[in-house]
Amino acid sequence: MQESPKYWKGIEELESSPEFVKGAFSEFADFLPVKESHGSSDAAVAPRRDFLKLMGFGIAAATLASCEAPVRKAIPYLNKPEEVDPGIANFYASTYFTGTDYNSVLVKTREGRPIKLEGNPESPITRGGLSARAQASVLNLYDKGRLQHFAIKGKKAATDQVDQEIRTKLAGVTGRIAIVSPTIISPSTKKVIAEFASRYPNTEHVMYDANSQSALLRANGGVLPSYDFSKAAVIVSLGADFLGTWLSPVEFAKQYIVNRKVSSEKKTMSRHFQFETALTLTGSNADVRVPVKPSEMGATALALYNAIVGGGAAGSAQLKKAATELKAAGGRGLVVSGSNDVAVQTLVAAINQAIGSTAVDLASPSMVRQGDDARLLRLVNDMNAGSVGVVIFYHANPAYDHPLADKVKSGIAKVPLSISFNDRLDETGSLCYYACPDHNFLESWNDFEPKRGFLSLSQPTISPLFATRQAQDSLLTWAGNPQSYYNYLRASWRGVLGGDFQAAWDKAVHDGVAVGTLSPAPVAQTAPAMSADQAVAAINSAPKSSGVELALYEKVGVGVGNYEGNNPWLQELPDPVSKATWGNYVAVPRAMAVKNSWEQGDVLKVTANGKSIELPVLIQPGQANDTVSIAIGYGREMAGKVGDKVGANAYPLAVVRDNGIVYTNTVTLEKTGAQSPIAQTQTHHTIMDRKPVVQESTLAQYIKDPKEVTEYEKISTPDGLEKPNKVSLWQDYEYKNHHWGMVIDLNSCIGCGSCVIGCQVENNVAVVGKQEVINRREMHWMRIDRYYSSDASKEDFEEKGKLATYAAMEDPSENPSVIFQPMLCQHCNHAPCETVCPVLATTHSSEGLNQMTYNRCVGTRYCANNCPYKVRRFNWFSYYSNDKFEDVNGHMFTDLGRMVLNPDVTVRARGVMEKCSFCVQRIQLGKLEAKKQKRRPKDGEVVTACAQSCPTQAIVFGDMRDPESQISKIMRREDGERGFHVLDAINVQPNITYLTKIRNTETEVRNA
Amino acid sequence: MQHVSPVREPLVTGGKSYHDVTQDVCRQVEAAPNVRWMAALSVALFFLGIFLYSVYRTLWYGIGEWGLNKTVGWAWDITNFVWWVGIGHAGTLISAVLLLFRQKWRSSINRAAEAMTIFAVICAAMFPVLHMGRPWLAFYVFPLQNTLGSLWANFNSPLLWDVFAISTYFTVSLVFWYTGLVPDFATIRDRAKGPIAKVAYSLLSMGWTGSAKHWSRYETVSLILAGVSTPLVLSVHTIVSMDFATSVVPGWHTTIFPPYFVAGAIFSGFAMVLTLMLITRVVFKLEDYITMEHIALMNKIMMITGSIVGVAYITEFFIAWYSQVEFEQYAFINRATGPYWWAYASMMTCNVITPQLVWIRKVRYSIPLTFILSIIVNIGMWFERFVIIVTSLHRDYLPSSWVMFSPSIIDIGIYVGTLGLFFTLFLLFAKFFPVINMAEVKTVLKYTVDNGPTYTGHDPHHDLIHKPTTHGVPATAPVNYNKHD
Repeated sequence: MQESPKYWKGIEELESSPEFVKGAFSEFADFLPVKESHGSSDAAVAPRRDFLKLMGFGIAAATLASCEAPVRKAIPYLNKPEEVDPGIANFYASTYFTGTDYNSVLVKTREGRPIKLEGNPESPITRGGLSARAQASVLNLYDKGRLQHFAIKGKKAATDQVDQEIRTKLAGVTGRIAIVSPTIISPSTKKVIAEFASRYPNTEHVMYDANSQSALLRANGGVLPSYDFSKAAVIVSLGADFLGTWLSPVEFAKQYIVNRKVSSEKKTMSRHFQFETALTLTGSNADVRVPVKPSEMGATALALYNAIVGGGAAGSAQLKKAATELKAAGGRGLVVSGSNDVAVQTLVAAINQAIGSTAVDLASPSMVRQGDDARLLRLVNDMNAGSVGVVIFYHANPAYDHPLADKVKSGIAKVPLSISFNDRLDETGSLCYYACPDHNFLESWNDFEPKRGFLSLSQPTISPLFATRQAQDSLLTWAGNPQSYYNYLRASWRGVLGGDFQAAWDKAVHDGVAVGTLSPAPVAQTAPAMSADQAVAAINSAPKSSGVELALYEKVGVGVGNYEGNNPWLQELPDPVSKATWGNYVAVPRAMAVKNSWEQGDVLKVTANGKSIELPVLIQPGQANDTVSIAIGYGREMAGKVGDKVGANAYPLAVVRDNGIVYTNTVTLEKTGAQSPIAQTQTHHTIMDRKPVVQESTLAQYIKDPKEVTEYEKISTPDGLEKPNKVSLWQDYEYKNHHWGMVIDLNSCIGCGSCVIGCQVENNVAVVGKQEVINRREMHWMRIDRYYSSDASKEDFEEKGKLATYAAMEDPSENPSVIFQPMLCQHCNHAPCETVCPVLATTHSSEGLNQMTYNRCVGTRYCANNCPYKVRRFNWFSYYSNDKFEDVNGHMFTDLGRMVLNPDVTVRARGVMEKCSFCVQRIQLGKLEAKKQKRRPKDGEVVTACAQSCPTQAIVFGDMRDPESQISKIMRREDGERGFHVLDAINVQPNITYLTKIRNTETEVRNA
Repeated sequence: MQHVSPVREPLVTGGKSYHDVTQDVCRQVEAAPNVRWMAALSVALFFLGIFLYSVYRTLWYGIGEWGLNKTVGWAWDITNFVWWVGIGHAGTLISAVLLLFRQKWRSSINRAAEAMTIFAVICAAMFPVLHMGRPWLAFYVFPLQNTLGSLWANFNSPLLWDVFAISTYFTVSLVFWYTGLVPDFATIRDRAKGPIAKVAYSLLSMGWTGSAKHWSRYETVSLILAGVSTPLVLSVHTIVSMDFATSVVPGWHTTIFPPYFVAGAIFSGFAMVLTLMLITRVVFKLEDYITMEHIALMNKIMMITGSIVGVAYITEFFIAWYSQVEFEQYAFINRATGPYWWAYASMMTCNVITPQLVWIRKVRYSIPLTFILSIIVNIGMWFERFVIIVTSLHRDYLPSSWVMFSPSIIDIGIYVGTLGLFFTLFLLFAKFFPVINMAEVKTVLKYTVDNGPTYTGHDPHHDLIHKPTTHGVPATAPVNYNKHD
C-alpha cells in the first residue's frame, strides 16, 4: 500500500509545535496586539501598524454598517393564490352603499389588497359612474380609527365572551328590542333582521336617514319614486340637489347628461329650472336658477301647482316660464323637490301626475331612502321612558346625526342592553355597552336592491383586517342560526337566479349586478299622507317667516358625515361650488354681509332652537337674500383623528316636528369677533372676462350657427390673421406611435369632483390638511375651476374706465351663472415647463406626454411658475414622514395605511415637483396588454382615472393618432365649432381640447 | 497725451504723502480691533445666527417653511437673489469699466467695492441653492459626466445660464480682487510684527517683491481681467433677467429686461457702495481718500442709472398698452393698482423719484442725505424685484389660481440673515484686509503737474498702465521703503 503524500501549509505545521497545534483550531489567528499593548506601548509588537489595521477595519465596518439598507418586509407566497400575480391588478365587482348614495363598483386589488374603486359599467343604474364618496371609501377600510376588535364598555373583549353575554341578556330581556339603522337596501340583511325578530318577537327595526326624505316617502304613499332624468326635457327642481347629494346623484347625473350633451348632429338640450336657497352643484348647472327662501318654497310649489293644475297665474317671471314649459313638455316634464315638507312633496307629486311625467316611476320604486323620522322619534322617547330593553345600532349614529342627539344619549343610558355595530367607537358606539364592529364593505358579502328589480352584490376583496365580524353574522349568531351570512345570502338568492344556480351566482358575483327582486312582496302602496287640497291648505296656512332663515344642506364630499367623516380625501375635496375644504361655514349672501359688515372668515354665533354653534362666514353668491346655509356632516366628536373637531355640528339646528325633521329654521346671527380662515382652494371667483380661458354660449346661438359659439384667437402674421400655432420658434415633435390627448366637454361637466378623488386615489396624491390648504398648497393634480359670472365685462371699459371695470369684474353677480372647468396638466406640445427646467426633469415623451422624472427633479419650481395653467404641485414637505401631516395624511405613515397606495405610482419625495401624468401607468399597462396579444391598443382600453370615474363622460381620453378613436372623431367634429384650447394664443399647443359650454338660456349670455 | 488741468480737484485730500497712505490704510489692519468694530461684528454675527437657524429649518423641514404656494413659486428667495447679484455689479463696474475708462477716482473705492461684489455674490449664490427643493442634488445642474450618459443639463434653461453666469462672475471677481490685493498684502507683510500676521500675509502676498517684472505682470493681469470683467457687468444681469424674460408669465415675458436689469443692478450697486463707504470712511478715518468728490460722482451714477430704470418702468407700461395683449395689460394694471399696489408705489417712489433729488448739488454733497438716499434706493430695488416676481406670479393667466403671497418668519430670517452674512464678511475684510488700494491710490496722489507728493516727470495717467516698467521711480516705491521705517 502506497503511503499518501503529506502536504503541509507551512514550516510550523510540519514542525507541529504546541503553539501551532493550539492555534490551528481557532478560526482566526490570534495575533492582534491589543492585549500586548496594555502594558507599555514600547513593549507592544508593531503597535502603529496594528493600530492602523484596527482603525481601517473599524472605519470599514462603521461605513458598511451605516450603508445598510433598511429592512423591507417582503414575504413570498408559500402557496400562491391562483388568481393573484404580483404586479397584476385584479378587479372584483362589488357595491358601495352606506345609507346615502348607491354605486356599483369594481374593486381594484393588488396583491390581495383593495387600492381603488372604479365604476362598474355593467350596472344598469350607475353605468360605470362613481361618486367622489364612493371613490374615497376605499380609504375607510384602512382607517386606523376603526375599532379593531369587539369591546365591552370600550375595552377589548373576546368575540365569544361578548356573544355569550349578549345571548344571555337577550334571553332574559324585558321591554322592546330596537335595531336602529340608516336605510338598508339589502334584502338579505332585512331577512336576517326578520329572522332575529322572529327569535326575539319584541324586536322593531327602525330606519332613519340623517338627511331625511321621509316627506317624499309619505307623499308618495310610502314609496320613493325612481326618477329618470333622461326622459325629462324640462326639469324643475325645488331645492333638490339631484346632481350632488339627493337620493342617487351618480344615477341622476348619468341620466341628466343625456339631454345636456350637444353636438352638431344633436342641437337640443333639456331646460333646467332650479329654485333653491343655497347655490348647490345642481343649481350651478341649471339654465335658470332662482334663489328662494326656505319659507317661500311652499309658495313656489303652490304657484307652480296652481299654474299647471289649477290654471292660476304663477308668481315670478321665471316661475311662469317654468310652468308654461312644464305644461308644454307634458310627459317629458319633471318636477322634483328636496324638501322634507309633506305638503310640498304632495304638490310636486300632483304636478308630475298632472303633466303625466314619464320620468317618474312608482312601479319600480327606489329603495335608497326608507327612513321614517317619526318612528325614530318615538323610539327615542320610549328609550327615555325606559320601555326599551335592548337597542342595537346598526351603522347608525343618532347621538351625532340627529337633531335631538342629547335625548338620544340620555336614552341610550336608560337602555339596559345597548349594542353597536358601528365600525368605530363613535358618538353612539362609545355610549353602547357592547361594541361588535361590522366588517368594512370591502370585507363583506352582501346584496343590495337599490331599485326594485335591480339587484347587486358585494363580495369580500380582502380578508378581514381586524377581529371584526359582519353584523349579519352577529345577528344570526344571536338568533341562534349557525349558518354563515354568505350561505344565508346564497340561499336567499336561490329564488331569484333561475336555472343552474352556481353558474348564475358566479355570473352575478362576477358582474356585481343581477336582474330580479328579493323584496319580500311588492312594496305596499299606502295612501299618500295628504291630498293635494290638504297640501294647498297646509301651505296657505303656514306661518310667514320673519328674520334670517337657515337652510341646512349636505356636502358632496362628507355627506351626512357618518361614514365619510374621518376620510381625509373627502375632507380635502373642495366643495364644488364654494371650493372650501375642511369644515363647514355660514354661507351668507353678499348683501347680508355688507349690511352687517361681516368679512369672510369672521366667526358668527348661529343660534336656533336655543342651541348655538360658531362658524366662520363665507360670502356665497347666489345665496337667497335673508338666508344663510350651513352644511351638516361636520363637527364630529369621535370620528377619528381626521374628522374630529372639523367644523361644527349643524344637526341640532334642524327643527324636529312630530311627523319629521325640517332642515330649515329661523336663526339669529351674532358676530363673535373671532376670526377663522376658511380653507378654500380657489379664492378668486370670477373669470375676469377672459374668453381665452373658458368659453360659453347659448343654445340659440348654437342652433343658429355652431361655428359662432367659440371665439378663436388669431395672431397677426405677414400673411394676415392666422391660428396661433402657425408661427412657432420650436420644432414640432413627431409622434410615430401614439399621441395621447383628452377632450373635456364643459357642457357635460357638472363639477361633482369625482375625478378629483379618482385622481387622488390612483396617483397617491398627498393630503395636506386645513392649514396647508389655507397656505394654498393643496396637492390635487386634478382640480375643477369654478367661475361665477360677473355683472361687469370688458364692454364697460369705454364707459366706466379700465380700472373701475377690472375692479368690478372681481365681484361675482348676486345670482351668478356658474361654469366648471376641470383643470389638469395640459400636456403641451410646446410645453413652457420643459424648456425652463435646468436639469431636464420634465421632458416630452414620444407619445405626447409631458413627463416628470421625480428622481431628477431638484425642485427649482421654475416649471410651476412658467406653467400658464398652474397645474404643477410642489412637495413643500415630506408629507409621508413630517409629523405635521400624520393625522391628515396618516395612510402614508403606517403599514396599514400604505396598503391603499397604488404600487405603480411613486410617493413623491420632499422637494420635487409633481403633476398629472395622464395616468402614464395605465397607458403603459394598456400598451403592454395589447403588445402581449400582438395588436395595437384598442380605443377605450386605455383610460385615465379621471375619465374612468366621470359620471357624465365629460372627459374623453384617447389616441389622437388613431383616426377612428372617439377622441379623434370628437375633435374632427368639433374643430371650428366648440373645440378650443385654453390660452390658445400663447401657443403652448395643449393636448387637451375643451368644448365650449352651451347654456339653454333665453337671454344671451355674455359672450354670445 | 492727456492734458492735466492745473485746476483739477485733488482725488485725495489732506496733502498725503506716500507714507501717510501706507500708515492710514495699514493702521486698522495692524491695530487691535476697536470697540465699534467689535460691536458691529457682534450684530452681524447675531444676524448670521438667524441666517443659520433659518437655513436649518429650510433644509430640515423643506421649502414649506417659507411662504410660497402653488401659484407663487418664487418670492423672497429670488427677489433676494436678484437683489444681491445686482448689488455686486457696482464693484465690477468700478474695478473694470472705470479702469478701462481711466476714471482715476475709482482707486480709493475699488477695493471695498470689489469686496462688496464678492460678498454680495456669495449672499446671492445662497438663494439658488437654498430655494431648491432638494439642494443636496444641486450638482445636477452641472453638465457632469454620468454613468447613463443620457442625463445632461438643459441648455435651454435660463437657470442653467445662471449657473454659468454667476460662477464665472464670482470666479473672475475673486481673481481680480485678489490680484489687486497682492501688492498691498506685501506692504502689510513687510510691516507685520506678529508671527501669525507675518506668515499669513506672506502666504497671501504670494512672494510679491515689488520688482519691475511683478509690476509689469500686475498691470497686464489687471488689464486683462478688466477686459474680461467688463462684459460680465452686462452679461450677468442680462442672464439673470432672462430667468424672467424667457418665460411666458405676463409681466416677466418682456424683451426690455436685459438693459433694464443691468441699469437697475448698477443703480442698486452704487447705492450699496455708498452705504458701505460712508460708514467705512468714518469708522476708519479715511475721509481724505473717499472724498466728497467720490460721493458726488457716485451719486451722479446713481441718478443716471435710476433714470434709466424709471424709463424702463414706463416703457413696460407703454408696451403693455401697445401690445394689446389682454393678460399683459392686466398684469401691469394689477401691478400698479392691485392688492400689491403698495409694493409698486414703494418701488416707484424709491427708485424713480428719490434719485432725481441728486440734481440738487446740496443733496449730492450732503453725507447724511446721500446715506439716506442710498438706503432708500436699496429698499426700492428690493421692491422692484419683489414687484416683478410676486405681482406677476400671483395673478397670471387663470383667475382660479390667483393667490396672495405673504412671507413666513423663515423667509424674513433668511433675508436679514444674508445681511448678517454680508456684514460679517465685510467687517472681517475691513479689519484684516487693506480697505483701500494703497498701491493705486499712491498713483493718484499727484493730481496736477504742480501738485503732489513727488514729481515723476511724466503724465500720471500714463503711470497707471506702465508706471513701474519703463519709467523712473515707481509710484509705489514707498511700499518697499516701509520695511526700513
